[in-house]
Amino acid sequence: MTDQLDRFVAAAKMGRMTRRDFVGRTTAMGLSMGLASALYTKAAHAQAKKGGLIKVGMAGGESTNSLDPALAASEVPFVVNMTWGEMLVEVGPTGEIQMRIAEEVSSNAEATEWKFKIRSGVEFHDGKTVTADDVVATLKRHTDEKAQSGALGIVQGISEMSAEGDMVTLKLTAGNADLPFLMADYHLVIQPGGGVDNPAAGIGAGPYKVVVNEPGVRHGFEKFANYFDDSIGHADQTEIYVINDNTARVAALQSGQVHMMNRVDPKIAELLKNAPGVQVKHVAGRGHYVFIMHVDKPPFDNNDLRMALKLAINRQEMVDKILGGLGSIGNDFPINAAYPLFDDTIPQREYDAAAAAEAYKKSGHDGSPIILRTAPGAFPGAVEAAQLFQQTAAAAGIPLEIKREPDDGYWSNVWNVEPFCASYWGGRPVQDQMYSTAYLSTADWNDTKFKNAKFDELLLAARAELDQAKRKATYSEMAHIIRDEGGLILPMFNDFVDAVRDEVGGWEADPNGELMNGRGHVRCWLA
Amino acid sequence: MAAATSAAGWHKGGSVHPILLLVVQRVALGLLLLLAVSAVIFLGVEALPGDTAQAILGQSATPQALENLRAQMGLDQPPLTRYFSWLGGLMTGDMGLSLTNGQDIAQGIGQRLGNTLFLAFWAAVISVPLAILLGLVAARYQGRWPDKLISGVTLSTISLPEFVVGYLVLYFLAVKWQIFPSVAMVFPGMGIFERLNAVILPVIVLVLVVLAHMMRMTRAAILNVMQSAYIETAELKGLGPMQVIWRHAFPNAIAPVVNVVMLNLAYLVVGVVVVEVVFVYPGMGQYLVDHVAKRDLPVVQAAGLIFAAVYIGLNILADVISILANPRLRHPK
Repeated sequence: MTDQLDRFVAAAKMGRMTRRDFVGRTTAMGLSMGLASALYTKAAHAQAKKGGLIKVGMAGGESTNSLDPALAASEVPFVVNMTWGEMLVEVGPTGEIQMRIAEEVSSNAEATEWKFKIRSGVEFHDGKTVTADDVVATLKRHTDEKAQSGALGIVQGISEMSAEGDMVTLKLTAGNADLPFLMADYHLVIQPGGGVDNPAAGIGAGPYKVVVNEPGVRHGFEKFANYFDDSIGHADQTEIYVINDNTARVAALQSGQVHMMNRVDPKIAELLKNAPGVQVKHVAGRGHYVFIMHVDKPPFDNNDLRMALKLAINRQEMVDKILGGLGSIGNDFPINAAYPLFDDTIPQREYDAAAAAEAYKKSGHDGSPIILRTAPGAFPGAVEAAQLFQQTAAAAGIPLEIKREPDDGYWSNVWNVEPFCASYWGGRPVQDQMYSTAYLSTADWNDTKFKNAKFDELLLAARAELDQAKRKATYSEMAHIIRDEGGLILPMFNDFVDAVRDEVGGWEADPNGELMNGRGHVRCWLA
Repeated sequence: MAAATSAAGWHKGGSVHPILLLVVQRVALGLLLLLAVSAVIFLGVEALPGDTAQAILGQSATPQALENLRAQMGLDQPPLTRYFSWLGGLMTGDMGLSLTNGQDIAQGIGQRLGNTLFLAFWAAVISVPLAILLGLVAARYQGRWPDKLISGVTLSTISLPEFVVGYLVLYFLAVKWQIFPSVAMVFPGMGIFERLNAVILPVIVLVLVVLAHMMRMTRAAILNVMQSAYIETAELKGLGPMQVIWRHAFPNAIAPVVNVVMLNLAYLVVGVVVVEVVFVYPGMGQYLVDHVAKRDLPVVQAAGLIFAAVYIGLNILADVISILANPRLRHPK
């Protein structure tokens, strides 16, 4: 057995084995998933070169950005947080929890009380040691409405937080087996004293210290010498350039001014693959493009009509034409194989004009055009996608009328207001969070106005269930309910498409977020 | 003696010299205009639905919270009071704080404005002399191949939209041949040569974009003057054609040329957001666009007023130069 393990480790060192393969093979040999993953990291990083300056060109930054992690809402602040900040735990590329500031996580049988043991000797950039009190103060700050935290919904479920020695105890209002996944949220960067005095100080326990902060222009960092984990953070310095223009970003990568970039336009990904010196990296993520119907407003309160529309969309055509093939087809529920506990036996819904026509007839709709609202900013290609939908629906005898809305104000005037429109979701690390955010009856962002008592009950039951097999079965049942009764038409999941230069070593696919979940520049090195 | 004549020149018969009077008039008018613009900007922002407090609180706004914040920011005062306190702040360099990231607006704008002026300065230093020189040459060889070549090339560069010129330059000079950097990022602490190297591509694009307008105007103005009798006299004196143009035609054609030059300079300062985006240059344009998108009204107001001031200032300068260039005004009877 050790021979075989050695061979796998050697293969990982040579870069011949992906993390997924390695973990799959070694867990089959009896290794625990966390250990296997850690072993892979060690092996894959054995050949890492230290030093140098890694530059990242990114879309998604504005001159209005702040270093306050609670306020991060776009891509650049997310990656900036991941550079100087450190969370309690993080979600690894294969979907397992990896320990960061916490060293051990445990819960009681009902998953209502969680204990995080804080790693000893972790230092903040200002020289102070990270304590359990800092962790509690950080979480408390995010519960304060005034902090305007993007993680408010996550920390609201915690009724009591306390610190004792190196142990943080969190008591929840209701059991939640996914709590560690929620603590990996990128807003929940642990700050000294919780960051209460100066939330935007940019002082954390992450691998790099903030040196330059020019929002919307560039962010510069240098290696934090006392970082607790020497298996990552290979470069001495790293810089993030905000390059929102697609062409300019690709030009910067091609001319070698940056080493990696996010958001390759699917239209040019194919061309960029053939360009010398650069590689396109894409990974199936959890983000998806959708058309949403309000199930409480006519004519969408009729499930036959909803089913007719779901059957009248050609998913493969959308993936090919709108995503340029860089994505996968959806199945009218917001979960795919990138989530843990995904049930891949749920039958795939296909385009079927005859069945759609039949359901449409059964619905008794009066034949008046159904208005679908869309805008270029709803998702990239949203107007074209609506037009494709219009054509395939027309083939089934369903009249769709496209109403093009301006980008400005789309999210306040159209989305969540009008009964049928185009939209997108970024996905969440676990199923529970995705469903609780947008499909629970009481959810703030229930953008299909879906209210189903049975569904809510299943969601709460699954949340506190620690038996993974039972949980998976419950999630499958919930997926069926959304797929067959919900107001969601989900034609496609989009890939994260990044690109790197050839000299970047150590890249691996990470479905949690773009640029290796915001740490591409921290986990990679320059060969 | 010299002092006596100049004094006599300035105070002819006890009255103010007409040039000085004209200049003072123009400057006063400009200031008045700027004041009017500030009022328009303020009114425009007032007319927008919602106010700054609502913009800050967003969807979480409760009536009580709104009231508190309004009182804290002085938004419960009547508009006239607020207008004058805003104006007073501007006079003393206090533009307030940005809503979105709490940074000092004057500081943020100051750095961006510096970058914009740096880029505009180098684009102007190259394009203005070049345009005038090309205009003179084109006028000298009117209708012949140098004229046609110059006009053809500059007219095609002005006819292409800026971003196309930008992408072409980017593709050839940065990606294909890799001569210059594609990202024109400048930051404090950069050496002057590093800075110049960084901005080469945007400067090239801006020069190409503004060249034709100034060149054509120079050419047209000179050709206009060339019809005059005194040009014929100069030619009959036996002066060479370039000398006639330079010594006799150009000084009389300055006024329209200066006006066009100033218009283009103003464009270089206030209108280059597309070029900034293509080359990732941290100038005023991108800064303004970001804050408009986030409804950061104090920043938008301040930036709007600065743009207006640049425009008005350059136009006053053009007026003054035209006046000074006019011998009839310079030497009144």
